[in-house]
Amino acid sequence: MTCAESEVLLHALLDGELDAGHAREVETHLETCPRCARHLVAYRELQQAMPAAQLRFTAPMSLRRRIETALPAARTSTSSRRSVLKGFAMGSALSAAMAATLVVAVIRTDHDQRVLGDVVSAHVRSLQGEHLTDVQTSDQHTVKPWFNGKVDVAPPVVDLTAQGFRLIGGRLDYLDGKAVASIVYRRRMHVINLFIAQAAPSEPQGRKIDKIQGFNIRRWNAQGFEFWAVSDIDAAELQEFVEKFDAASHPASGA
Amino acid sequence: MLDQPQRQGLTLAWKAGDDMRASNGSGDPNDKARRFRDAALPHLDDVYTLARYLLRNGADAEDAVQECYLRGLRHFDTYRGPAMKPWLFAILRNVCRSEFMRRSGVALAIDGQAEEDEDAVPLWQEAPVSPEAEMLRQWDAKTIRRLVEDLPDPFREMIVLREINDLSYSEIADVVGVPIGTVMSRLARARSMLRKAWIAEEGPST
Repeated sequence: MTCAESEVLLHALLDGELDAGHAREVETHLETCPRCARHLVAYRELQQAMPAAQLRFTAPMSLRRRIETALPAARTSTSSRRSVLKGFAMGSALSAAMAATLVVAVIRTDHDQRVLGDVVSAHVRSLQGEHLTDVQTSDQHTVKPWFNGKVDVAPPVVDLTAQGFRLIGGRLDYLDGKAVASIVYRRRMHVINLFIAQAAPSEPQGRKIDKIQGFNIRRWNAQGFEFWAVSDIDAAELQEFVEKFDAASHPASGA
Repeated sequence: MLDQPQRQGLTLAWKAGDDMRASNGSGDPNDKARRFRDAALPHLDDVYTLARYLLRNGADAEDAVQECYLRGLRHFDTYRGPAMKPWLFAILRNVCRSEFMRRSGVALAIDGQAEEDEDAVPLWQEAPVSPEAEMLRQWDAKTIRRLVEDLPDPFREMIVLREINDLSYSEIADVVGVPIGTVMSRLARARSMLRKAWIAEEGPST
């Protein structure tokens, strides 16, 4: 890490906005760079010298009344505040990006984006070494029971060989800190990882295809599951895969 | 008069489509207003504080805050969360920009040209933050507020959003309508400026 990068990122460190890996990178730089280390001390000191309470103003009573009058009668209750997600969603890609440029605008922000980063990382990991599948079979009736007791869902597993997507097995993986099922398909020379987890109650419905590090990712919710399909096949083919999978996994709704 | 450039429209839509637990649109208007009131009124001091710093003037700030709450009530149908405070901040920012600035002729450079300033001198080439021995003097609240108020617009609001309101970088990015990378560089620069002003306040020491 260069001083230029550190100069900006040490603020993110100070604010607790870096994930563990990148915090460590900045800290490693600070250990070897007295100048940047001094900056961190200086800014921490500034924060301490400037308590929020001293900066805050209190709304005048007259203003409060004006607004209260404009709004209907009081009923006290506290608004629920989402616990704010801390920590940056910096995928493994960022280290490379950071080396290339200081523009950290590529940092993906919210939780969804972080999960997308996880999905790509898991996909890439599965392609490295010999760990694409834990259970290698094209028989959907072997893959599905294999997940029993390993993940908290019974993932739908369908063979799409006839549709051009060959089932090659299943694998246990981790996304967002949870064990998830990955069903592995092959299209020509390309691998498709289909990650399946239990859908959270109010998950947004993603309809579009995201592209990260050259991989296409399609995320959707169905049947109480959350799905992420990721592959290096092109977006149209991935979309085709999703449609075929959807059609095969619940043939005729209600059936 | 309330026409808003596109970016503001986007901000107001506030991630619509992310999350469809929109019960805001239904029910009678009184119920809606009551829910808005319960959700928004606890943030009055924070909204007022941001207005004070953006406008540097108590009377203008009061008008802006009132308009912000009225507009918030009108747009409450489109509110999808996640958090009320950043949502109100985004509205307040629009109010300050679209009306008060034009009326008073005061330039509020919270958008646009800030970028050029930011890139003018790379942060790491600025005069370095002074050496380790220099302790920051503890100023009184009035002085601290003035030091923050004297920062140029885009940097001032970074301090207010981050240091006073403890918003996350992604919330700040949403409120201000810039990428997180810009939030990070503006915040770095804001703190650098503030620290220099802080030390300069002491005057030439002997």
